[in-house]
Amino acid sequence: MENTTLDALRLTLVVASAATLLVIMPATALAYLLARSEFPLKNVLSALVGLPLVLPPTAVGYLLLESFASDGILGSGRLGFDPGILLTWKAAVIASAVMALPLVVRTAKVTFEGVDPRLEMMARTLGHGRLSTFFRYTLPLASRGLLAAAILGFTRAVGEFGATVTVAGNIPGRTQTLASAIFTAQQVGNHREASSLLVISLLIGFVAILSSEYLARKKPEHHHAR
Amino acid sequence: MKEATERLQVRIKLPLDSFDLDVAFDTSSQATGVFGVSGAGKTNLLRSIAGLERRARGYIRLGEAVWLDSSRRFFLRPEHRFVGYVPQDGLLFPHKNVRGNLLAGTHRAPGGRNGQQSTFQSVCKVLELEPFLERDIATLSGGEKQRVALGRALCSAPRLLLLDEPLASLDVALRGKVLPFLRRVREEFDIPLILVSHEPAEVRALCDDMIVLEQGRIVARGQPREVLTQRHVVSLIEREKGWGGPWEQE
Repeated sequence: MENTTLDALRLTLVVASAATLLVIMPATALAYLLARSEFPLKNVLSALVGLPLVLPPTAVGYLLLESFASDGILGSGRLGFDPGILLTWKAAVIASAVMALPLVVRTAKVTFEGVDPRLEMMARTLGHGRLSTFFRYTLPLASRGLLAAAILGFTRAVGEFGATVTVAGNIPGRTQTLASAIFTAQQVGNHREASSLLVISLLIGFVAILSSEYLARKKPEHHHAR
Repeated sequence: MKEATERLQVRIKLPLDSFDLDVAFDTSSQATGVFGVSGAGKTNLLRSIAGLERRARGYIRLGEAVWLDSSRRFFLRPEHRFVGYVPQDGLLFPHKNVRGNLLAGTHRAPGGRNGQQSTFQSVCKVLELEPFLERDIATLSGGEKQRVALGRALCSAPRLLLLDEPLASLDVALRGKVLPFLRRVREEFDIPLILVSHEPAEVRALCDDMIVLEQGRIVARGQPREVLTQRHVVSLIEREKGWGGPWEQE
């Protein structure tokens, strides 16, 4: 395998893992909020979270590019320092996190909706406050679904191309991921490299789907006494 | 720890789909029955007492502790009310085994670790739970589940037990096996309890005071042996059992 292929694989795994870690906590919080509470403008929040799913990825990328540009809302002009994000792997992490967010939130929301709210009420009557109930009951009861959501987010991040290439570019060894490497190899007619990149992508996708199916089927684990 | 049963004062108004729950009663009995046909508002009453109905208005007080006083916009959250709630289907936590379920509320029992341990042990003894402490809850029978649900409530050292049709999900034979445990709980633990039931026999077996709910209102009140023979209550029971008349032929 060529060096660029290995670089792309390594970078893809790093970027997708970082994006998953970045997205999982806010996505869990948003999903819980959307699944369990009623508040004004809930539909608007839900729609905003879902936007990356329906927008062209390049549009999301362009929006991020504008935000992180020196005169953007998250740019050096506003922050007073240069966060040095554009055209680095960090930009790829942010872009794929944003693109993965709707999928993770949706999956996590369905998971939370599947947790019987009466179990949470039972925990409340047993003396657990809202936080304790969430961390000791809701989260463990939702754990498998949340893990499945994280895997889906990871695969979404692995496959992300449009937004990533817009903000991070396609620099071999620095910001070139599997998706952008396949695009480049195909553009320049490098068949061998395109094929090996394809095989790697197939393997990652296959393992991810297998493990999320396993999570969906496996019986819940039983935690023993505290 | 023997002391007089604390007085429970309940004044609740709660709008429901087709009628309002509007109930006021005081009781100092150790076991109070709440009787009524299905859909009379019995479960809503229990949930309001437990603090699970945010929309409930009125006043609830147990002994010196005020749990709800809407005139002063006071609402005590369920986790601070110290109730032991046992629903019809047990609602055991599927991610914990029997022991984990029993320990779910022990942190608030008094007496530190030793006190909690001795509460736990006496509950296990009274309800004969020792043989299945390490069992997975999915492997329990319906009757065992209800005993664990009862044990979980008791281990949290509640000041009031709320039993919501604890036998209704069981078949007749199993009911006969679980009912003695309810009586034992009544005898062994000095905790006032409210039993919601649509079975006259259960109320008679367990309670020394009762109210009858119909469409969210109290229509009879008193000792079970008297109340359950009142003509209106008897007709309610008969209607519930489906002997009531031509409109319920199946």
